[in-house]
Amino acid sequence: MSDKKNWPLWEIFVRSKNGLEHRHFGSLHAADAEMALENARDVYTRRNEGVSIWVVESKHITASNPEHNGELFEPAQDKVYRHPTFYDLPDEIKHM
Amino acid sequence: MSEEQIKNLEDQFEARIARDEKIEPKDWMPDKYRKTHIRQMSQHAHSEVVGMLPEGNWITRAPSLRRKVALLAKIQDEAGHGLYLYSATETLGVSRNELYDQLHSGKAKYSSIFNYPTITWADMGAIGWLVDGAAIINQVPLCNTSYGPYARAMIRVCKEESFHQRQGYEIMMKLANGTPEQKDMAQDALNRWWWPSLMMLGPTDDKSVHTAQSMKWKLKRKSNDDLRQQFIDQTVPQAELIGLTIPDADLKWNEDRKSYDFGEIDWDEFWQVVKGHGPMNKERMKARVGAWEEGEWVRDAAMAHAKKKQERKQKQVV
Repeated sequence: MSDKKNWPLWEIFVRSKNGLEHRHFGSLHAADAEMALENARDVYTRRNEGVSIWVVESKHITASNPEHNGELFEPAQDKVYRHPTFYDLPDEIKHM
Repeated sequence: MSEEQIKNLEDQFEARIARDEKIEPKDWMPDKYRKTHIRQMSQHAHSEVVGMLPEGNWITRAPSLRRKVALLAKIQDEAGHGLYLYSATETLGVSRNELYDQLHSGKAKYSSIFNYPTITWADMGAIGWLVDGAAIINQVPLCNTSYGPYARAMIRVCKEESFHQRQGYEIMMKLANGTPEQKDMAQDALNRWWWPSLMMLGPTDDKSVHTAQSMKWKLKRKSNDDLRQQFIDQTVPQAELIGLTIPDADLKWNEDRKSYDFGEIDWDEFWQVVKGHGPMNKERMKARVGAWEEGEWVRDAAMAHAKKKQERKQKQVV
C-alpha cells in the first residue's frame, strides 16, 4: 500500500456533558472527518462518555515546543502582582 | 550535542521521573526511553488486537443472547484498547503502518497466552476470569507510569477491563453450578488456562532482562514474581468459592508468608510458545495478516471516496 493512501491521523475532543469543555481524549486514523466522528463514537464513547465530539486533523494543530518553555512561560513567573495575595490588606476587611 | 550535554540531559530526565513528573510526547527523552516505550506499548497494543481472535471463535456459538452481547462488547473493548495504545505509541514518532508491519512480520511480540486454542465455551469463562484477571494485575500499576499518553490510555483500559473479568467469572460460576458435564467443562478449562495465565505475568525475576530499567521508568512497579504471587493469592479463594480445583498438587497456604506456595512452572513451554511454537501461533498470525490484507481494498476505497467528496466540495466553492 502506498503511503499517500494511508488514512490520516485525527485528534479527538469530547464534551462529557453540557456545561463542561471539550477535552482531548486521544487520536485515531480515518479517511475523512465524517469517518473520524463515527470512529471516535465507537472508540472513545462506548459507555456514554460524551454528548459532543470534535475531530481535528492532527496536522492542523500547531503546538508550542517544550524546549522553549523558558522564554514562552517565564514572563508570567515574576508577576506576583497578578495574584490577589500580593496586596497587603488588614485582616478586619471583609468581602474582598 | 556533546556526550557531556547528553549525559546532563539524561540526568535531568531521570530526576524528573523520580519526582513523579510525567513525560509528554514533545519533551526531550533518551533514545532508549523512546525505544523501550515503543516496544512495550506496541506489544501491549498487539496483544489487545490478537486477543480478540481466540474469543471471536465463540461469538456465533455463545449459549444465550445475554452471553453473546457481553462477549461482543468485550471484544469491541479489546479493539478499542488496541486503538488507544496504538495511537499513544504513535506519539513517540512511529507510524501505525510500521507497527503493523512489525506484528505481521513476527518482529514484534504479543502476549503468548493468545497462542492457546479456545476449544469449549468454558474457555470464554476462563479467559475472562484468569487472563483478564492477570492482565488487570499487570495493568493497574501502569495507570501511573511516567509516559503521559501511556498512563492516560491505561486509565481508560483499566476502567473498562473490570467488566471483562466479572463476566468471565460469572460464566465459570454458572458452569460450576450446572450439570456434572458443565462442571467438568469448567474444571477442564481451568486446568488448561491456569499455568499459561501464571506464565503471562512474565519470566521469573532472575530471568527478566528489563526489570531494573523498567522499574526506574515506572513501566513496572512490582516484579513479575510479586505480581504472580498476588494473582495466585487472590485467585485461589475465587476457585474454591465455586468448587473448582487449581491444577497444582503443590499449592499450599503458607501461614508464615501469608501467601500460597505453588508448584514449578514449565518455563520450557513458555519459551517454546514465545518463540512461535505454541499450538496457535501460526493460526493467529494467518488470521491477523489475512484480515489486514483482505481489508486493503476497503481502506483504499474509503480514501478514494474521501478524496472525491473533498474535490466535489471545492468545485462547489469555486
